[in-house]
Amino acid sequence: MKVMGYKKSSLLQLLVLVIRRDLVLAMRRRADVLTTLVFFVIVVSLFPLGVGPELGMLRKMAPGVLWVAALLASMLSLGRLFSADYQDGTLEQMMLAPQSLSMLVLGKMIAHWMVSGLPLVLMAPVLGLQFDMSAQPLGVLIIGLLLGTPILSMIGAIGAALTLGLRGGGVLLSLLVLPLCIPVLIFGTGAVEAISSGLSVASHLSLLGALLVLSLVFTPLVVAQALRISME
Amino acid sequence: MAINWFKYSSPTTFYGLAGKMIPWFAVSAAILFAIGLYIGFVVAPVDAQQGEFYRIIFIHVPASMMSMFLYMVMAAYAALGLVFNTRLSGMMASALAPTGALFTLISLWTGALWGKPMWGAWWMWDARMTSELILLFLYLGFIALHASIDDSRRADRAAALLAIVGSVNVPIIYFSVKWWNTLHQGATIKFTGTSMQIAMQQAMFTMLLACWLYSIAVVLARVRSIILSRERNTAWINELPEVKQ
Repeated sequence: MKVMGYKKSSLLQLLVLVIRRDLVLAMRRRADVLTTLVFFVIVVSLFPLGVGPELGMLRKMAPGVLWVAALLASMLSLGRLFSADYQDGTLEQMMLAPQSLSMLVLGKMIAHWMVSGLPLVLMAPVLGLQFDMSAQPLGVLIIGLLLGTPILSMIGAIGAALTLGLRGGGVLLSLLVLPLCIPVLIFGTGAVEAISSGLSVASHLSLLGALLVLSLVFTPLVVAQALRISME
Repeated sequence: MAINWFKYSSPTTFYGLAGKMIPWFAVSAAILFAIGLYIGFVVAPVDAQQGEFYRIIFIHVPASMMSMFLYMVMAAYAALGLVFNTRLSGMMASALAPTGALFTLISLWTGALWGKPMWGAWWMWDARMTSELILLFLYLGFIALHASIDDSRRADRAAALLAIVGSVNVPIIYFSVKWWNTLHQGATIKFTGTSMQIAMQQAMFTMLLACWLYSIAVVLARVRSIILSRERNTAWINELPEVKQ
């Protein structure tokens, strides 16, 4: 932690520091990480029970089900993105720090994705097999999730910052964020459908990549602004 | 002569101006609604393919256009409020939201009523209906966020940021939904020529104008109420004749 001292650290060092701090904190509270993952697995497993065990239909539904479940699971963990730091005053100190708030926010978003998005991506192949997906669509699904879940974390961070400290924050957060995530859902599932019907997946995945780059550039600024509004 | 651009950005001066403007907009909206409905239901001929059912477009199309325009107007006021830190902009944005949501709902409702006889289904998951539905969600999110923050200045600013993010997202959502599924009939009003009959056009544009005037009248009335409730502890409110008695 000496880097933080009075010596001015570079942006990249700052980023790594914030990510490491948030990961350490998350590892201290491992149950939280697991809850999100278990929620994801349960939601996905409920669908065959709801619509019937016919494999042909399940195979068709799989990408949509996995994506919607990932969307809901990422909503679940968003509330924790800033709330702990907000409650113990750390967030206020972070905003007073001379370093760029956008960079701090970016670090927190990346850490949040590694804790809540990445486990879902790693779990998805197993669930895909439950839905009898073949190797190629499954691979596209994983690439899509890998590109898409960071966007969910970043867009979600806007909602989390805006609803900081509000009553009924969790439900409100989903109401704000879910409509904004629809393009990610569409391109993510579209890619899998394209490969299943023998079309090229390049366009869908490129669009997802474009959305990822766009949100990587703009969401840290927006979230920083939202935090300033919420912390006034 | 220097013009004071910010004269009417203060709630105090705008309150009086809005009060004077409301009757004009309200009366002309009522007249245009009457004319538009008359042309639409009596003068305009029966459509060759769609029969009488098509007449619902005279309310459906203006409502859809209003729902999208009003979101943009709302986001513009929100941006103004964030940039210039004017209180009135935030009030205007929150006054616009319910009217926008109402038009979105009317558009969806009339669309469903038109879809049943035409497509045989109340709801089709086609691009325009779906993005209209998402637009309704965006309006509801704005209203919900504004309502759940007690401090009205923070509420204005937070909701403003959400509106701006939403307006950046609207084209992305629209095109993604469009590529996802396209079934809706193509746009009839194009910039070069049109396949509509003159009376139908007249009815449509009269109704659109009427919807605009109605929105302005209603939003001004609502913004006056917002001003009254937020500034209730100030001296000038207590001086108002309608408050005094």
